[in-house]
Amino acid sequence: MTKKFIGKRILRNEDPRLLTGGALFVDDVDIPGMLHAAFLRSDYAHAHLRSIDVSAARERPGVVAVITAEDMGDEWQPGPPLVSPPPTVENVLFNSRTQVPLVKDKVRHAGEPIVLVIAESRYIAEDAVEDIIVDLEPLDAVVDLEKALEPDSVLVHDDLDSNLAAHLVQKKGDYATIRENADLLIKRRIVIDRGAAVAMENRGIVAQWDPKSQHLTVWDTTQAPIPIRNGLAARLGLSEHQVRVIAPFVGGGFGPKMMMFYPEEMLIPWISIKLNRPVKWIEDRRENFYATTQEREQIHEAEMALTRDGRILGVSDVILHDSGAYDPYGLTIPLNTQCHAMGAYDVPNFFSEVTVIFTNKTLTTPVRGAGRPQGIFVVERLLDLAAKELGIDPIEIRKRNFIPPESFPYDHQIIDQAFATLIFDSGNYRPALEKAADMIDFEQFVKVDQPRLRAEGRHVGIGIVSFVETTGVGPYEGARVTVEASGKINVATGVGTQGQGHFTSFAQIVAEQLGVDVSDVHLVTGDTSAFHWGTGTFASRGAVVAANAINASALAVRQKILKLASEILEAPEEELELEGGKVRVADVPRISISLGELAVLANPLRGAVEPGTEPGLEATAYFGPKYGGTAFGAHAMIVEVDTETMMVEIKRYTVVEDCGTVINPLIVEGQIHGGVSMGIGNSFYEKLVYDENGQLLNASLADYLIPSATEMPHIEVSHQETQSPLNPLGSKGAGEAGAIPVPSLFAQALEDALYDYDLEIMEMPLSPNRLFELLHE
Amino acid sequence: MRKLTDVGVSVNGTNYNRSVEPRLLLSDFLRHELGLTGTHVGCEHGVCGACTVLFDGKPVRSCLMFAVQANGHEIITVEGLGTIEQLHPLQESFREAHGVQCGFCTPGILTTLIPFLEENPNPDEDEIMHAISGNLCRCTGYQHIVEAVKLAAQKMSPVDEV
Repeated sequence: MTKKFIGKRILRNEDPRLLTGGALFVDDVDIPGMLHAAFLRSDYAHAHLRSIDVSAARERPGVVAVITAEDMGDEWQPGPPLVSPPPTVENVLFNSRTQVPLVKDKVRHAGEPIVLVIAESRYIAEDAVEDIIVDLEPLDAVVDLEKALEPDSVLVHDDLDSNLAAHLVQKKGDYATIRENADLLIKRRIVIDRGAAVAMENRGIVAQWDPKSQHLTVWDTTQAPIPIRNGLAARLGLSEHQVRVIAPFVGGGFGPKMMMFYPEEMLIPWISIKLNRPVKWIEDRRENFYATTQEREQIHEAEMALTRDGRILGVSDVILHDSGAYDPYGLTIPLNTQCHAMGAYDVPNFFSEVTVIFTNKTLTTPVRGAGRPQGIFVVERLLDLAAKELGIDPIEIRKRNFIPPESFPYDHQIIDQAFATLIFDSGNYRPALEKAADMIDFEQFVKVDQPRLRAEGRHVGIGIVSFVETTGVGPYEGARVTVEASGKINVATGVGTQGQGHFTSFAQIVAEQLGVDVSDVHLVTGDTSAFHWGTGTFASRGAVVAANAINASALAVRQKILKLASEILEAPEEELELEGGKVRVADVPRISISLGELAVLANPLRGAVEPGTEPGLEATAYFGPKYGGTAFGAHAMIVEVDTETMMVEIKRYTVVEDCGTVINPLIVEGQIHGGVSMGIGNSFYEKLVYDENGQLLNASLADYLIPSATEMPHIEVSHQETQSPLNPLGSKGAGEAGAIPVPSLFAQALEDALYDYDLEIMEMPLSPNRLFELLHE
Repeated sequence: MRKLTDVGVSVNGTNYNRSVEPRLLLSDFLRHELGLTGTHVGCEHGVCGACTVLFDGKPVRSCLMFAVQANGHEIITVEGLGTIEQLHPLQESFREAHGVQCGFCTPGILTTLIPFLEENPNPDEDEIMHAISGNLCRCTGYQHIVEAVKLAAQKMSPVDEV
């Protein structure tokens, strides 16, 4: 059936508000009598807290409260773990140590909050922070992942025997045996360093306690308003119905806004109740660099075993993963890394050991890609080296190893981040790779352009990689669709929105089912008073899990519409069609009734609603996939390196993306562009530099560089659609895809460009300086 | 104690007179004193460009200025460009080319581009990229923004030049 709205480049419903300054962000909330919070944070990464003197701060005019851990009494409790360790893997070791609201005895990372100040203005609150005297006794900091496990290392958590946070092994087949029979073993050490998410909007929270109605309202820049509500209610001793959490327009999420609970997220609502006043806290950019979660830091000892014709016999990946000071997010990131270290390939034997380490650095939780870029980097890099060694073209070696299209669903026999068995639901990898090669004129470049340019002394190179992205994991999302008396449609769902275009793509699904204009579908999202079942926007799942729940609700409403219209129009349901906001008899279009009139008839003021039926044209439905759909694609790029300045110019960039059914290609392209830009940052610009004391040396946007317009190439995007069999829409996620393959691609293209240096790039991120060092090592 | 200073400023054509602390940032003044929350604050150190407003027609970082420095001057914020019902052609182009995702950086990009397009009615891609290179956007990768600016240039070019 041809679709009228799904798959169309429909302009976004939310844009007029965003473009005129009319959209509500958390910092825009203004309540009479509102107080403002600021935090005193630790300057040291690791230190004993000896004493705090807050007397001068308390005396400053305009200061309302100054709170230390001691002041919280019994209400001082570490945060709840967000995800538990996987129950289905044997011998998993997991030491749960969660973040604390305010430092009580020991500081474990620079920027950890020690004192909360509440004042009549943010300016006064920050003045008062300066008044506080804190006596900290600095300790050696645990920074280096490998040294952290040495027996004489200082401990991040003194009650543990070591800095080991978790340990787990996953296996498929028998790698140890197969490596003995391999024609070629490629073994390398791979180092991936830290980066930041850098959403343009920092975090923020406004809490308002209304003592008369005994009701707490919280505006939070979270990706997960419903779990925040549930957790706040539990922690504050309130009923879930006494707490409303609103995630309004959120200025970019990219993962860290999925972390919960940040210390501030618990403290601000708590103090609002204590003081009986609305309280606002808005993170500044410096705090964002220290106190908002980060990602990517891992060290890999990776090995690939191959036959002499380039077929992969097995992959082994021994991973050290940096958890930072606490581990509330469990094993999500390293599990994702393991699940992507086999890439798009038919790998019969796999061994992977993950050791998670506590360090005196900011916590790590998923950042766009969430462990996947590291896994893809490992498998793609090893394959590149094997191809070189065996004299096989990089495209050819990938084709020889792809999971063939007839092998889906493909069971990897290990578990994924959702603790489900890693099964790739569907895929068709080869055409995506071939298309990416065609789009970038791979043959022409390698045979004609590159030799000519090299002869001129220029360093130009090409790269092409494949990737997979596990998306759309459970547990579930839900939605309620209502036809209102105006004939317009209201949709409520629980996932928050951070720029993904939900107000439009979700509306397209409803418009498709109910035959109304997309602009007549009004979506409410991220407000627990409108819909209070669900988990959140993470793991590239909105267009899969929430979208299919919305589709199911809209379908149920469609059935109610047809049933009622059939009675009223005296025509069989199968002869009716929904078009232009009306139900009409297909063959006799003048016999029709508008959805608004039907909605009124379905909700009568007199008469009876028959037993066993429901009033109104409304339905609520849920969708929970057994496991996630695996999106995939291929990226290719051409670069030129200036070997004087070591600057890299990306001359061309092509993407083939397959995320199943595309609901709105315009929005998907926007997601890919943004993802690639973050991937370019992760490859060449963005590195959080910690010194040996655990001090972050580049905690500002002047020092930590994210790509600006002049660093970005023009990206050519093409879609392929291999529908997921796991959901009625056939969709898979696309939110993180753009970022995932870029570092592996960047490395391959750079090696090709610098062919005369015989360079191996086994680390990310690079920089012009680092490239210079590598070339002169 | 807090010493207050009078400031009189025209914002989007309306005159405002307030008494403020000399240290109050212009960005905070616009957002929290005047309630014009369309101007966003992303870094407070003048790098990200989200807080850009037009100061006597020129783009400035409102997080790097004090409100009192605006005394006697004219400011245009994103709220002064177009309305939801009647978008400015530049805003319209951002919608049509999908130049906005989360929308947080957008107000500063729009205010940066207004004088740019006045001075360069027919910019090429490189000129556009340089024009917005002082505004950070984490969502779009800038490509659709560049397309939006090209579209806006077409829409805004005077008819007699076509």
